[in-house]
Amino acid sequence: MNAPRTLFDKLWEAHCVREESERAPAILYIDLHLLHEVTSPQAFAELAARGLKVRRPERHVATLDHSTPTSPADAQGNRAWTSPQAEAQVEALRANCEAQGIELFDWGSGRRGIVHVVGPELGLTQPGMTIVCGDSHTATHGAFGALAFGIGSSEVGHVMATQCLLQRRPKTLAITVDGRLPPGCSAKDLILHIIGRIGVAGGTGHVIEYRGTAIEALSMEERMTVCNMSIEAGARAGLIGVDEVTIEWLRGRERVPQGAAFETAATAWRQWRSDDGARFDAEVRIDARELRPTLTWGTHPGQVVAVDATLPKAAPETVGALSYMGFEGGAPLAGQPVDVVFVGSCTNGRLSDLREMAAVLRGRRVHPRVRMLVVPGSDAVKREAEAEGIDRLVREAGAEWREPGCSMCIAMNGDTVKPGQLAVSTSNRNFEGRQGKGARTVLASPASAAAAAIAGGIADPRAYADPANAAASASATTITPATANPLSTAEASA
Amino acid sequence: MKPFRTLESPIACLPRAHIDTDQIIPARFLTTTTREGLGQHAFHDWRFDEHGAPRADFVLNRPEHRAARILVAGRNFGCGSSREHAPWALLDAGFRAVISSGIADIFRNNALKNGLLPIVLPEAVVDTLLAQPGLRLQIDVAKRRVYWPDGGFIEFPLDAFAQACLLEGVDELGHLLAQSSAIDAYETRQAGSTAHGEPRHVA
Ligand code: SF4
Repeated sequence: MNAPRTLFDKLWEAHCVREESERAPAILYIDLHLLHEVTSPQAFAELAARGLKVRRPERHVATLDHSTPTSPADAQGNRAWTSPQAEAQVEALRANCEAQGIELFDWGSGRRGIVHVVGPELGLTQPGMTIVCGDSHTATHGAFGALAFGIGSSEVGHVMATQCLLQRRPKTLAITVDGRLPPGCSAKDLILHIIGRIGVAGGTGHVIEYRGTAIEALSMEERMTVCNMSIEAGARAGLIGVDEVTIEWLRGRERVPQGAAFETAATAWRQWRSDDGARFDAEVRIDARELRPTLTWGTHPGQVVAVDATLPKAAPETVGALSYMGFEGGAPLAGQPVDVVFVGSCTNGRLSDLREMAAVLRGRRVHPRVRMLVVPGSDAVKREAEAEGIDRLVREAGAEWREPGCSMCIAMNGDTVKPGQLAVSTSNRNFEGRQGKGARTVLASPASAAAAAIAGGIADPRAYADPANAAASASATTITPATANPLSTAEASA
Repeated sequence: MKPFRTLESPIACLPRAHIDTDQIIPARFLTTTTREGLGQHAFHDWRFDEHGAPRADFVLNRPEHRAARILVAGRNFGCGSSREHAPWALLDAGFRAVISSGIADIFRNNALKNGLLPIVLPEAVVDTLLAQPGLRLQIDVAKRRVYWPDGGFIEFPLDAFAQACLLEGVDELGHLLAQSSAIDAYETRQAGSTAHGEPRHVA
């Protein structure tokens, strides 16, 4: 009998065109390549310079997301591009896709959106595939039992020209989460907690497989949220084995096989799980019951704290981040005044995330000091949310309802947090200046983000679970005045 | 790519852990369609104040570091976004090697593809380097060694394939293109298999 294999082993071995040796990396075949405007132009230029064509154009799909404005086009169809270069970059992608025969989800296609939202929702992302994109959050697609990882622009060129990449085999790390997530805790709280536990370099050199009863109980959207942030733990890919939740989520999607062909495909897809007894290079166990709503307090995603806990004391490892964030060591996190709330991104911009936010927002108003921006992850998410009335709920609460895109997650389309402002964001990176120069970011779940928007400061989402608590919870949160000195970069200039 | 065999240079030091690619090159400079000219934006938000004036105290603005081709930084360098603009910016700013006790996977891959040498050394060694800005080091790619001015040296890990590419100045795309018959054979083997899918286009 063959030795039990991990899901990663199976995916790797099925895609090896050539095994690795001491002298050369493996040649790995790539089933699906997703493109966006920012990391592809240099790769297309490289192909043109060498006179090469895209080898299998039908295995490449492009979308516009990173630098696209999120305000609607005016009556003449003009859009609020942040710069002529941003528009030129999109034009370049359009021309490149046209010339190379690559399908592009353009404005008006009804399929446009953040690359890691549209791939799964259209059923382009399928179990057993290798999927790459010039974007580190490609790990999202691993929720479907696909080996999915981010690549640089040179590699984008390699995949276009050869449908292959040169790769060294990574190690495997199993993160087993057992138990049930407590009320008020979502997949975002779980992944922030995990990164806090293993650290931002804890997964370096590894592919993470998330498993255990708590993971099995997650919906596909929640599984995507967890896999999405694998890169924030240093791992290039996150994986979850295929089960009936995966299969049922894919059934009927636009780009999966239909009818009897779907059942055939589903039977094949069920093999994409780790065998019982498969061995991983490293293992971590987490008890879901220890979880509380979790947010970041610092300037990398491993600096996390439970919403009802105090900030770490000033110490050599914390002082730089505390000073950038304008936080006092040892103070409570709850009650820190908030200027901006952003709900969206490939981490938490799907319909279930908007519902989670809406449950907190319903019947309440955004605090007058807060600007709240809600950006659906895709055209489809926007349509579905509007059909449920979430757009109205958002507007009536005093928040902005926008067109799909990456928006404030990367702040390169004009949606930015101003210097010194504190933002609570459902995105994935709280690096210095990620949401705009001098911006301070706290990462949180959609429920925690909505709670912060209502309270005007960081607040415990559990207090807002039931609308009957609204009055009590609003008075329970005391907002202290801001003491931020966001432009202090003492540590950096040392 | 030009061959990369040896390098001798003073070091510039950034004594800070977890320097992410958003610091190396902020996202608002990514709306470019070329690789050139990104050096002026390297570490932009650390190098310039809110009025766009250079901060005199930032290490890379100090005149004595203009000649530095080797950047030494704290652990977990290059984490975060996969943007290849990060190594492009460092190369354009004059760097040819980065030394740290930990370098993030995607950054390391991207760096090697562009002839920027990522060198991982033990944390204690990196800490002593971080305390000696301006120290002249020599790097020998064939021997995988970093030499101190007194002739002492330390070996660093470097993948054999990456090393050959650096020494010969060849790039990976050439190597992959040469494998086209193996790729053809793989595609033929997979045709008709439903185990891992075809993205279906019914647009
Ligand atoms: S939403 Fe943010 S993390 Fe996701 S693809 Fe866009 S920029 Fe990257």
